[in-house]
Amino acid sequence: MLTESQIERYSRHIILKEVGGKGQQKLLNGRVLIIGAGGLGAPIALYLAAAGVGTIGIADADDVDLSNLQRQVIHFTPDVGKPKVESAREKMQAINPDVTVITYKEWISASNINRIIADYDFVIDGTDNFAAKFLINDACVLAGKPYSHGGILAFDGQTITVRPKESACYRCIFPEPPPKDAIPTCSQAGVIGVLPGVLGTIQATEAIKFLLGKGELLTDRLLTYNALRMKFREVPLRRKLTCPVCGDNPTITEVKDELDAMTVCDLERR
Amino acid sequence: MTITINGKETTIPENPARTITSLLEELDVSQRLYVTVELNGDILDSAAFVTTPVNAGDVIEFLYFMGGGNALFAQSRR
Repeated sequence: MLTESQIERYSRHIILKEVGGKGQQKLLNGRVLIIGAGGLGAPIALYLAAAGVGTIGIADADDVDLSNLQRQVIHFTPDVGKPKVESAREKMQAINPDVTVITYKEWISASNINRIIADYDFVIDGTDNFAAKFLINDACVLAGKPYSHGGILAFDGQTITVRPKESACYRCIFPEPPPKDAIPTCSQAGVIGVLPGVLGTIQATEAIKFLLGKGELLTDRLLTYNALRMKFREVPLRRKLTCPVCGDNPTITEVKDELDAMTVCDLERR
Repeated sequence: MTITINGKETTIPENPARTITSLLEELDVSQRLYVTVELNGDILDSAAFVTTPVNAGDVIEFLYFMGGGNALFAQSRR
């Protein structure tokens, strides 16, 4: 049952016929995991908390750096040096004390991802490296956990929602990570600060629709966005029967770390 | 002849010998060695690029790796 103050807080949701009191209750009962408390994770965490998603997990081992603040809008200047998950939790609970925030101050890897995703209904990839992106895809596909992939680059972004074994997964598009020698340095190629705001809010929308059971998810379509040309495009996709993880004869049957895809930074962190 | 590349109609010179591999070079597609190519709705195995011809009317999508703030590639040009 919603309390008086919840009815007021969520009134703009409740008057939507697709949500109503019932839908809001679904959100409050919902459990979403956000991996990465950075550019994508920031708007995702803020909007999911504001929406009243009852339990939100957030995983990131990093601390807030001054160079994050240009786009990672959940972290404020006084947070520099603080663990990102802690900084994020404070803002999420300030927006909405209804929400339980579970923090994981760790890098996800093959050794912890199954344990971390197990408790959630929906997973959101807000990470910044290919090792993590492939690991999240494999773990979610193998566990049958629906998830939203998001990637950003300079002025471009792309996102897709994956319903394991029903719709195309990340490996259907990209069978393997780019080789290590394609990754020359850890230096940043740059990203326009508003870009993860656009992509992250789309990913958060997918989580909310999934919890509500309303609308159509972004499955079997890769949504690409270019901020310079201000263009959205949809690339239709289908599940690949030869996909190494979700295909008919998978070669990947358990999660593994994509060591070749790790950057020097990843290795230094270990 | 005309083909559609990432939603855009593009005219390229006739060349019966053209394959996906040579098209990637001809257009100097970014992430050329790692790009995913979807041809008329099917994602190609990269091993097939070198033998797959490009025909008039083909609908081709180049799909690029996009990481995050730690971007690893230059901006896609298409």
